Amino acid sequence: MKRKWFGFLVVILSLSVMLMGCNNEESAEETSLLDTVKDRDLLIAGVNGELPGFSYLDSEGNYSGFDADFARAIAAAVLGDASKVEYRPLSSKERFTAVQTGEVDVLTRNTTWTLTRDTSVGLNFAPVTFYDGQGIIVPKDSGITSIEDLEGARISVESGTTTELNLADQMRKHGINYEAVVYDSQDAAVAAYESGSVDAYTTDKSGLVARKAIMKDPSAHVILDDTLSKEPLAPAVIGGDDKWFDVVKWVVNATIQAEELGITSENVDEFKDSSDPVVQRLLGTDGDLGSQLGLSDDFGYQVIKQVGNYGEIFERNLGPDTKFGLERGLNGLYTEGGLMYSPPLR
Amino acid sequence: MKKDIADVPTPFWRNKKVIPFLAQGIFAVIIAISLLFLFSNALDGLRQMGISLGFDFLKSSASFGISESLIDYTPESSYGTAFLVGVLNTLRVSFFGIIIASLIGLVVGISRLSNNWLVNKTASIYVEIFRNTPLLVQISIWYFAVFLPLPRIEESTRFLFSYFSNRGSAIPWFQATSGTLVWVLLFAVGVIASVIVWKLRLKKQIETGENKRPGVWAIGVVILSLVIAFLATFQAPFNITLPTVEGRSFMGGLRLSPEFLAILLGLVIYTSTYIGEIVRGGIQSVQKGQVEAAKALGLKPSTTMRLVIFPQAIRVIIPPVTSQYLNLIKNSSLAIAVGYQEVVSVGETINNQTGKAIESVTIMILVYLTFSLLTSFFMNQFNKRSQIVER
Repeated sequence: MKRKWFGFLVVILSLSVMLMGCNNEESAEETSLLDTVKDRDLLIAGVNGELPGFSYLDSEGNYSGFDADFARAIAAAVLGDASKVEYRPLSSKERFTAVQTGEVDVLTRNTTWTLTRDTSVGLNFAPVTFYDGQGIIVPKDSGITSIEDLEGARISVESGTTTELNLADQMRKHGINYEAVVYDSQDAAVAAYESGSVDAYTTDKSGLVARKAIMKDPSAHVILDDTLSKEPLAPAVIGGDDKWFDVVKWVVNATIQAEELGITSENVDEFKDSSDPVVQRLLGTDGDLGSQLGLSDDFGYQVIKQVGNYGEIFERNLGPDTKFGLERGLNGLYTEGGLMYSPPLR
Repeated sequence: MKKDIADVPTPFWRNKKVIPFLAQGIFAVIIAISLLFLFSNALDGLRQMGISLGFDFLKSSASFGISESLIDYTPESSYGTAFLVGVLNTLRVSFFGIIIASLIGLVVGISRLSNNWLVNKTASIYVEIFRNTPLLVQISIWYFAVFLPLPRIEESTRFLFSYFSNRGSAIPWFQATSGTLVWVLLFAVGVIASVIVWKLRLKKQIETGENKRPGVWAIGVVILSLVIAFLATFQAPFNITLPTVEGRSFMGGLRLSPEFLAILLGLVIYTSTYIGEIVRGGIQSVQKGQVEAAKALGLKPSTTMRLVIFPQAIRVIIPPVTSQYLNLIKNSSLAIAVGYQEVVSVGETINNQTGKAIESVTIMILVYLTFSLLTSFFMNQFNKRSQIVER
C-alpha cells in the first residue's frame, strides 16, 4: 500500500518537473502584445466610461473623450485605423487586474503614475498625458471654504485610487478627523454626494470639473482651491513587454512632438512634402522609426491624420470651447510654460 | 504443450485488485498535474510582471481611511489591522443579520400557515416579492432609493426618540455604568442557578407526581440574583442615552450609518423570505396524526406546538436554515456596492493599493471559509441534539 503511494508521488513529481520545464521554455519565446493586437486587428482599451471629457458614452453610443482619443491614437499607429478599438469600461478597483490578466491591451483610464504601481502592481507607464491634482468639491451653502473646515465631515471617495490615499495623508497632516465613505463606482460616490449623505466628494480636479458640469445644479457646488496632491495621469501597459510598452510610449510622444512642430490633423498632408528632417522622420517620409517599433513607418502620420496632435486632443475634449473649459496650464507645451515635452523622435 | 487455462496468470489490466488502484491513481495524477499547472502558470505570470508573493505587506501602514470600525483604526494602522476591521464589519452585519432574519423568518413562516386571510396573504406577498428579485438590486434600492433620499441631518425625521437622516440614523442605546459588570456577572450566575433549580424541581415533580412549579422557582432565582445585584451596586444596570443632533453629527445613542442599514436590511429581508419558507415546510412536514394524537391526549394548542410539532419540525428546518445562514454571510460581500466596508471591500482596496492580488484573495477566502465552517459546525452540533435518539 505505502509503496504504491510512493510510486504515485514519484510519477506526479516527475511529470510536474517536466511541466515546469516546458513552461519556462514557453515564456522565453513569449509573444508581445503588439503581435497579439495586430493578429486580432483590434485594440482592447480599458477606460473609465463614467468620466465626461475623458471617456464617456456619447449620445450616439460611442466612447469619446481625452482617454478614448489616446486609445484611438494607438489603434491608428498599430492598425492604421483609429476606429479599431474596443473599449472596456473598468472601475478603479478592476483596472489593474484587467491589465495584469491581459483582458485589456492598454489602460487609458485617468490613472495616476506611482512607484508602487510601477513595481508591486507590475505596470509600465507611458509618458504623462495629463498633469492633474486632487481637489475637493462641496456644496456652496455648506460654508466650507478650505480643507480645515472639513473637521468631522463624511467624504466620499472611490475605492483603490490614489485619491483615497492622498485624502488620508492630507487629513493626517492637518490633524483633521473625517470619515471616508468608499464606493466602488464613481457614479455611486457622486450620487451619495449629491443627495447630501456625505459632505464632500474628492477626486482629481479634472474629474471634479467634469462631474460638476453634469450635476443637477452645477452652480450649487464649488471646488475648493486646495490641491491635495500631484496626479500625473498616464496610459499604462503590462510590465515586462518592452516592445508593446515602446509603442504606447512613442505614440504619446508623437502627438506631443506633432503639436510642437505645428502639425495638425488638417495640415498634416501639406507637411508631407516638408524638407525638415524632423518632420520627415515623424511622418515616416524619411527614416525607419516605425519599423524599429514594429509599426509601419507612417505611424506618426496616421496618428496625426486620424486623431490629431496633443493640443487638438486636449482642446476637443477638455478645452475652453467645451463645457469643462479647462486651461492648458501644466498641460501646455514646454515652450509655453507647460510640462509637455517629447524626447526626440530619431 | 498445452497450458491449463487456470494456470495462465491474469494480466494486471484485468486484475480486479489492481484496476481500482490504477484508476484512482490516474485520477489523482490528473488532478495534481492540473493544480500544478495552474499554480506554476500563476507564478510564471507574476514573475514576468516582476511581482513577488508574500505576506510581509500586512505590517506596513495602510494609509487609507475606513469610515466604520469597531476597533481603533487610523490611516497609520497596518494593512493587517485594516483587514481585521473588515472582518469585524463582516461579522457585525452577519451576526445581527442572522438573528433578525431568523426572527422575521419564523414569524413569516408561521404567518403563511395562518387561517387569517390578511396575515396569510401579506406573508405570501412579502415572500414572493423579496425572494424573487436579485439581492444586489434590493440592496441598491434600499441605499439609493430609501436611505439616501432621507432628509438632511438638520431636518432629520424624529420617531420614538430616534433620528433618521441621510447621514445616518441614531437610536436610543444602552450605556454601561460602573456597576454594569457586577450586574452582568450576577445575572449570569442567576441564570445558571435557575436552570439547575428548574431541573431539580422538574425531577422532583416527575418523582412525586405533585406540581412542584419548576418555572416559578427558576424565575424566582433570577429575580433574586438581580435583587442582590441592585443591593451590591445601588445603580441601574445601564443608562439609556438618547441621541441628539449637534451640528452635522449625532451625539449619544447608537449611530447607524446608511451604508450599514442598507446592507443589513437588504440581507435580512432577502434571507428571511427563504427562512420563512423553510419554517413553513418544516411545520407542514409533521404528520397530521401527530396533532390529532396530541389533541386526543388533551394537550393545549400552544403545548402541542411547543412540545409536539416544533421538536419534530426543527429536525427538518435546521439543515436548510444553516445553508441560508452561510448564504447570508457570503452575500454580505455585496456591501461594496453601497460603500459599507466589510472584508471584501477592504481586501479589494488593499489589493489595489499594493498589487498583492493573490495574497488578498487568499485572506478573503480564508475569512469566509472560517466563518462558514464555524457556523456550519455550531449548527451541526445543534442539529445533532435535535435529532431523534434511536434506541
